[in-house]
Amino acid sequence: MTYLTKLSAAALSELLVSKQVSAVEATHAHLDHITAVDTDLHAFLHVAGDAALATAAEIDARRAAGEVLNPLAGVPIAIKDVLATQDMPTTAGSKILEGWVPPYDATVVSRLRAAGLIPLGKTNMDEFAMGSSTEHSAYGVTRNPWDRDRIPGGSGGGSAAAVASFQAPLALGSDTGGSIRQPAAVTGSVGVKPTYGGVSRYGAIALASSLDQVGPVSRSVYDAALLHDVIGGHDPLDSTSLTDSWPSMAAAAQAGLKDGALKGVRVGVIKELSGDGFQAGVTQRFTETLALLVAAGAEITELSAPNFEYAVAAYYLILPAEASSNLARFDSVRFGIRVNPDSGSLTSEHVMSATREAGFGPEVKRRIILGTYALSAGYYDAYYGSAQKVRTLIQRDFAAAFSQVDVLVSPSAPTTAFKFGEKLADPMAMYLNDVTTIPANLAGVPGMSIPMGLAPEDGLPVGLQIMAPAKADARLYTVGAAIEQLLEARWGHTMLSQAPALTPTEMFASEEGAV
Amino acid sequence: MSEITAEQVAHLAYLARIDLSPLEITSLTHDLGQIVDSIAKVSEVATADTPATSHPMPLTNVFREDVVVPSLTVEQALSGAPDRAGDKFRVPAILDEE
Repeated sequence: MTYLTKLSAAALSELLVSKQVSAVEATHAHLDHITAVDTDLHAFLHVAGDAALATAAEIDARRAAGEVLNPLAGVPIAIKDVLATQDMPTTAGSKILEGWVPPYDATVVSRLRAAGLIPLGKTNMDEFAMGSSTEHSAYGVTRNPWDRDRIPGGSGGGSAAAVASFQAPLALGSDTGGSIRQPAAVTGSVGVKPTYGGVSRYGAIALASSLDQVGPVSRSVYDAALLHDVIGGHDPLDSTSLTDSWPSMAAAAQAGLKDGALKGVRVGVIKELSGDGFQAGVTQRFTETLALLVAAGAEITELSAPNFEYAVAAYYLILPAEASSNLARFDSVRFGIRVNPDSGSLTSEHVMSATREAGFGPEVKRRIILGTYALSAGYYDAYYGSAQKVRTLIQRDFAAAFSQVDVLVSPSAPTTAFKFGEKLADPMAMYLNDVTTIPANLAGVPGMSIPMGLAPEDGLPVGLQIMAPAKADARLYTVGAAIEQLLEARWGHTMLSQAPALTPTEMFASEEGAV
Repeated sequence: MSEITAEQVAHLAYLARIDLSPLEITSLTHDLGQIVDSIAKVSEVATADTPATSHPMPLTNVFREDVVVPSLTVEQALSGAPDRAGDKFRVPAILDEE
């Protein structure tokens, strides 16, 4: 049944709805594949095999009884470990939450369950989503399915690698500065950061509250749209959740498959997100993709967003400031580990400080200290205050751009997947990796990454980022599906069908109960 | 150039309630100096007449009726606690005896 793992969520859904395949069969196929390949890749921190099979059997019984279910009912899904799940440990990749099983589900997880999707397990990530390589996970790295010596991106490297290596057709991610889009780019998969507030964050462990957004991870634009329709929409439990009613993203993606979908579409290319600092093969595939768009009738305009140059700097003030406040909740009282100090009195303050020393990794400490600095008296105006002004300027740049074009495009990341350890010793080099994705988070606009080819110099995937105005997520799906179709027609195959075959290993993936 | 000192980092770590080893303080002092130098450029464009934005979307306060809705049970709320005393979280002493 290996073929079941190769199918898109949409194709698997058709087989499930027409009862040619059962949810138990589909779940078994994916669990077997996880067992075969994930000891090596380590996309999952936890695999809930028994629970997944039980849920699948329940879906099969309901479908057999004639109940009309969501088309995605019975489709397996992987969940980033930043999302609370009441039947699986939730660690956000941190030792401080080792073994924590939340007493509630994140809203997006509740919605998955209500739609009958089958949670397979929890995926690896940089600790508290701080990173671009998954090297900052407290539980070890995830390997890139295209090259085991390279990073799968971050922070959602686990979700991207799971989908790219056919361990799940769908996954959930979270994107604060690119954590869905950059892993998608370097693994040849698809990832979408919805409009800020478009998808509930209730039960998502907060990193930076004015930037975080939950979104879909998949192998095709249409699959991402199907998942977006399940998780999106207003949630009264999240006070930043938008009350708008949203069009069907799946219908929007299908509209992109029609002839002439790109005719007359005004596409803006941001001058500041190309050129110096971009790998040659990335630039080459981007230029070729633009030519393909022109041939399909799109109108390309080069635009300047002069303040994007300051986006990374503003982001690395705003994010640590917000993170230092959000992570204050890890106080060794209500959840997580408690560590007593080696010496001194056992006061709450000392126990809290010893717990955070033992429980947080180096990147988390770095950002908390940086955020504490940016917010301290005497520096607040110069740093945090200025960063908030830059945020205004970046929003103005987007407004000016979207007054001229329908969508903006850029490479999703300046380079293909880099090697483990390459940027670990130099935090700024790691931070600059997010230069392409950060502006969308600062402005709250939706962004998508789709594969646009392999870089000739290293044979690794290159991602195209598409951005639309706030609340125009549907436009992303239409344009994204249209470009994906053009590229696949030119290649004669999907991107991930070209990924190297993975060798099964003898060992077993982490079993239920283990992290 | 920023002038971040080891003493400053130690103080920030105290404010953030993280015990740091001397080795960590040394490496963080170096990292922070480098990062702050890179991000200080925000002040180049942040002029006095530019308004600050704290949020990507214009939002207003969200209210709801003051009615009881389903919430966690005591057992659920305590389920992740490292220590408990009956129906309460047990915490170390708040005040130092010294």
